[in-house]
Formats: sequence, C-alpha cells, structure tokens
Amino acid sequence: MSILLIAEHDNATLNVATLNVVTAAKEIGGDIDILVAGEGCGAVAEAAAKIEGINKVIVADNAAYTYQIAEPMGDLVAELGADYSHILSAATTTGKDFMPRTAALLDVNMISDISAVESADTFVRPIYAGNAIATVQSSDAIKVITVRGTGFDPAAGEGGSATVEATDIVKASAISAFVGEELAASDRPDLAAAEIVISGGRGMGNGDNFEILYKVADKLGAAVGASRAAVDAGFVPNDMQVGQTGKIVAPSLYIAVGISGAIQHLAGMKDSKVIVAINKDEEAPIFQVADYGLVADLFDAVPELESMI
Amino acid sequence: MKVLVAVKRVIDYNVKVRVKPDNSDVDLNNVKMAMNPFCEIAVEEAVRLKEKGVATEIVVVSIGPKVAQEQIRTSLALGADRGILIETDEKLESLTVAKLLKAVVEKEQPQLVVLGKQSIDSDNNQTGQMLGALTGLPQGTFASEVAVDGDKVNVTREVDAGLRTVGLSLPAIVTTDLRLNEPRYASLPNIMKAKRKPLETVTPADLGVEIKSTQTLVKVTPPAQRSAGIKVADVAQLVEKLKTEAKVL
Repeated sequence: MSILLIAEHDNATLNVATLNVVTAAKEIGGDIDILVAGEGCGAVAEAAAKIEGINKVIVADNAAYTYQIAEPMGDLVAELGADYSHILSAATTTGKDFMPRTAALLDVNMISDISAVESADTFVRPIYAGNAIATVQSSDAIKVITVRGTGFDPAAGEGGSATVEATDIVKASAISAFVGEELAASDRPDLAAAEIVISGGRGMGNGDNFEILYKVADKLGAAVGASRAAVDAGFVPNDMQVGQTGKIVAPSLYIAVGISGAIQHLAGMKDSKVIVAINKDEEAPIFQVADYGLVADLFDAVPELESMI
Repeated sequence: MKVLVAVKRVIDYNVKVRVKPDNSDVDLNNVKMAMNPFCEIAVEEAVRLKEKGVATEIVVVSIGPKVAQEQIRTSLALGADRGILIETDEKLESLTVAKLLKAVVEKEQPQLVVLGKQSIDSDNNQTGQMLGALTGLPQGTFASEVAVDGDKVNVTREVDAGLRTVGLSLPAIVTTDLRLNEPRYASLPNIMKAKRKPLETVTPADLGVEIKSTQTLVKVTPPAQRSAGIKVADVAQLVEKLKTEAKVL
C-alpha cells in the first residue's frame, strides 16, 4: 500500500490539520508521500519533510496552484494519485473542494470526513449530522478520503527527514480563477486547533457583545466560536461557526455561552473533553451534554468568569 | 439562460434520526421526508436569478423513487418551470448520481447548475464537485453569493479562513451554503399551479448510466452518548471545578 497525502497550507506555513491526517494514514499503513502544491511553498515542503514517518515530499510549485483552487488541484492530484492505493486530505474547505473532483476523475467513489480507520478498506464516518455513525467498506481500487481532524491525534511534526522532490506537472485552469478573499484577521488561536474554545450564540444579542467573550478568550489563550444562529443573525462572520456545516472542534475545554444547543451545533463540539454551558434557560438542550452547567444571565456570568481566571 | 437545479429527498431536518436495532442502517420507515435544506437554498437562488431577469428557464432534477416527485412539485411551486425525475429505487452513491446528472447536463445544456453543498443524510459533500470533474465545468462550492456577469459568474465561497471569491466561465456549477439566501414558502396558488407544470420521468437506463456500487455499509450505530453533568451554583464554583476536578484551567 502507498498513500498520497495532500498537505494543507497557505504557501508559508503547514496547517497543523495535516498532522492529524498523517496519523490516519499511519493507521491505514504503507509508505506515505506528501504533496505540497502551491506557489513559493518551499518552507511548507521543508516542514512536511520533517514530519515523522514520511517517505517522500513532492512539491508542485507553480502559479497554477497559488490558491489551490479546485480545478487544477483536482487534475494534479488525480494524475499524481493514480499510482497510489489511498489519497488523503484534511476535511477542510480546501480538501472538500478538490477531493471529490479527483475521485470522479479517477472513476472512484469517495469517503468523506472519516473519524476512524478500521482497516485499509474500512472506515468510520458520522452521518445524519453525527446522529448515526456509519462503518463503510470500499472496494474501489483507489480510496479517496477526507479526514476529520478531531478523530485523530496529530503526528509528530519533527524528527523526520523525508526526501523532497519537485514535480513539473502543471494543470493550469482556463475556466476558473481566484478573484479575491476576505480573511478573518485574528491573533487568537485557530478554532480547529485551539485547546480552549469559547463560543457565543443567539443569546449574545449582537456582535458587539462578543467583546466579553474575546476578553475571556485572551486571558485563557482560547479561540472564539459561534453557533449558526449567531452567524445567521450577522453577529459574527461565517469562519467562526462551530457545527455540522461549520467547523468541527474537540478542544480540552469548550465553553458554550448563550447557545441553546441545536443538534447541528452539538455535532460540531460534542467530542470536546470538558463542556461548560452558561445559559439563562435551564431547559436548554445544551445542558444535556454539558459537564458543568451554569444557569445564569451571561452578561453577569461572563465578566465574573473573566475576573476570576 | 437556462439553470438546472438538482434536489434530493431526505429525512425532514426536524426529525430525530434513529438507528435500526440490528444496526443495518437508520430507520426511515414512517418518517417524514422533505427536500434537503441546502437544495431548497439552491432552488431559491435559481428563482431569484429568474426574477432578476438573468435566468430564463429553471429545470429541476431529482433522482430517487417515484415519491421524489413531491420534492420536484415543491420546487415547481417555488418557481421552477419544469421537472425531471430520474426514477430508481436503488440507493445510489455519489459517483453514480454525478454520472446521471452529467447525462442531464449534456441533454439540457444549462449555463448554470445549482446544487446543495451536501445532503443532511449522507453528509458527503461530493456530488457537485464530481459533476464538475465529469463535465469539465468549473465549480464554486459553499456559495454565499452568486453574481452572474455576462459569460462569467463570480462565486463568493464560505471557507475555513473567511470568504473567498472565484471567477468562473459559464457554464459552471455552484453548490450552496447556508447564507446564500433564505428560501421562501410556496403560496397556495403556486402550489396549485405547480400541479400543471411538466414533469418528465426517465430511468437511469434511458440516460445510459449503469448503476454501480463500490461501498458497503457494514454497520450503523448510534453515537456515543454524553451524559449530562452537574449544575454549578455560581461562577466561583464553576472555576473551582474546572481547576480542581476537570483540571482544564
């Protein structure tokens, strides 16, 4: 068996989500090669080569891959991946975008968002927004898989010394192009990787009130998330959404503030180690999954929490 | 321009899903079914494009058993012009769905294909992208804004780091995210009118697509349950518990 693993990165740094995918790849077994596709992404390739247990790093450094848009990525990974038994990427918005294209080009089905590896051809994945857990066996010659980061511990990012080689395959796209982006600028840790997450819901009332969560977050070194209700209401941007269709998180501590606990939200955070809920409605479903529940007005409780930590 | 919208019949999103006692699958017997919420957003976007004068005709396609006609009729009541049901009782995997849709795209030649980004049953998030690869068309996935401009479309996408806009040449494929629009409700007169709109039924064989399965559902189990913990009296007790009991602060 041989695995082609697609690195998640922004041309400057390797996204830590890649390390969780490496662990999934090790559970499948076989040689692991990492593809770094981007432009000016040499530092990422060096970081990938240091990951423990990697056979080879393949670098596709070309303007066609600067933004890793789906059409060139799908084509590149299908061509490079044709000789492997498995192709893996993180279940990020980048992986979810190009991996199904790759699968269709290889005429195989795809297994999305796996949370565990049973064997080289059998995988576990949540369905119905996490209300059921499916075990799926694939008979495809090449298994194309996206990996849910919270299901796997990160592999060691140091200690390896894989060879780095360049590929000159260029798959430019004439039908699609990057136009622009609005990225969230934040000094706080990345939601998906943070040890502590504090999230606000509809109960926050408006976007300005999230300030009280930011203050707690900055004291704890936490990331700040939100429920779909808070994002739909325009309190905060979409990149903060935790839930089935947003980000899946599993920090050591998750603090849900003013969040009722809709099933779609629970699907995104219920694997957290410790869950705290602060809500003035004692009937809120969030209390059914919380290790520690505090029935209180969040506008009193959160500033008090900030002063006590 | 012609817009093709694909819709899927799924369990109603308000229904609590239960796993069958023999762990073979989830139990869908006597369960309320509805249009996949992301597909409703796709239909709404097509209708808005028609109201803006950008789209001239909206064709809705669904794949499934005969009762999936209900979801096509709903789409017609919301403003689509005609429907196509690809009738099959088999459970299809994404690649086969994409191949069936490819056959419809080749026949209908739409300028824009709009699909939901994922269905709330299998949660695969694959079909739109696979259709893109099979047809050679560009894709704008997880769309929060769709702006058609001449022979191009700019699609703003919800990505992990924020928002990203891609420019695609038409024809193109768009998959919808939650905040693209808020779907309307069908009015009673429109529901009546929808009954007279054309709805054609074809089979996968008519479209020349062989149904192949490469995935076996080994088992389906309920998720691990988290039990409710304790209620703390005040913030001081909460902080104390987090420090000494949970040891996470």
